[in-house]
Amino acid sequence: MGPGSVFRTVIQASSGDEITFGVDGLIKYELFGQELWITNTHISLLLVVLTLTILALFANRAIKKADPNEVPGTFLNIIEYLVETVDNLTRNNMGDKHFAKFSNYIGTLFAFLLVANLSGLFGLRPPTADYGVTLGLALITFVMIHYNGFKYEKAGHVTKLFQPVLLTPINIIGELATPMSMSLRLFGNILSGTVMMGLLYGLLPKLLQFFIWPIFGGLHVYFDVFSGAIQSYVFCMLTMVFISQCFGEEDA
Amino acid sequence: MMSNITNEGLILACSAIGAGLAMIAGIGPGIGQGIAAGHGAAAVGRNPGAKGNIMSTMLLGQAVAETTGLYGFAVAIILLFANPLLGKL
Repeated sequence: MGPGSVFRTVIQASSGDEITFGVDGLIKYELFGQELWITNTHISLLLVVLTLTILALFANRAIKKADPNEVPGTFLNIIEYLVETVDNLTRNNMGDKHFAKFSNYIGTLFAFLLVANLSGLFGLRPPTADYGVTLGLALITFVMIHYNGFKYEKAGHVTKLFQPVLLTPINIIGELATPMSMSLRLFGNILSGTVMMGLLYGLLPKLLQFFIWPIFGGLHVYFDVFSGAIQSYVFCMLTMVFISQCFGEEDA
Repeated sequence: MMSNITNEGLILACSAIGAGLAMIAGIGPGIGQGIAAGHGAAAVGRNPGAKGNIMSTMLLGQAVAETTGLYGFAVAIILLFANPLLGKL
């Protein structure tokens, strides 16, 4: 019995099916003496990125071919609406002066997170249910916060850590907790949905699952669509809020 | 009777109980999110025009309030799937 497999054993005993909702290694390879795995996270990550790339290529072609004198088609309209929505969201949160530099990243982040979280609907394991992915995204945000902090506040970005001298350790821990809590929030929400759906699929026989599909559909709508969309929105929102904290009053 | 239990089995059983106890952390965020949603509904009732702003503020606050619950969830998941105690045997 492998480590931590008590849960899986209980489920297998009750259903007889092999259910998986963990990160499963598929191909093993060695690099610099380290044993590494290609996991199902990589596969779904690749599919998500491929989907977004194809969509971006089509959008790019549609925009390049667009004739300003004609009424835009359906696809172009949707793309323009999405870009405008992201621009307005960043403008509302980061101010008129700075939003143009960040709306690209926020839009990319939101598109990636949304497709990644929704990929659970297509039978993939959502890549955001792997802590490596969410920690990477949160570290990007962390670097952006402090890069912009030093850029706009100069030395004040460091001295504000010692503002009340007594609270220095708490301030430092608070700064370090930002990427931790951001990554854990996204990871925990998506993983809890994946685990719940995996448990439910493993608990009931296939035939019964077929007859009570509305229950599964409703749970998928909640865990994948609702929770996933909210969490991608929240992640982008927190990124914007944390970055715009260092802009100061007159710029915002 | 107790001598039939192996060391590994004892750790696995206690880990399962510990994971269940860790999920008690879900009570707090539940109450907090409920309060936030209630005040959000009251705010929309008072000022239906600001529904969009109220909604986004409420969702952001709820997501932040959820963090403590998710720390408990992370502990439970670590106990179940990546148990650090088994390595101590």
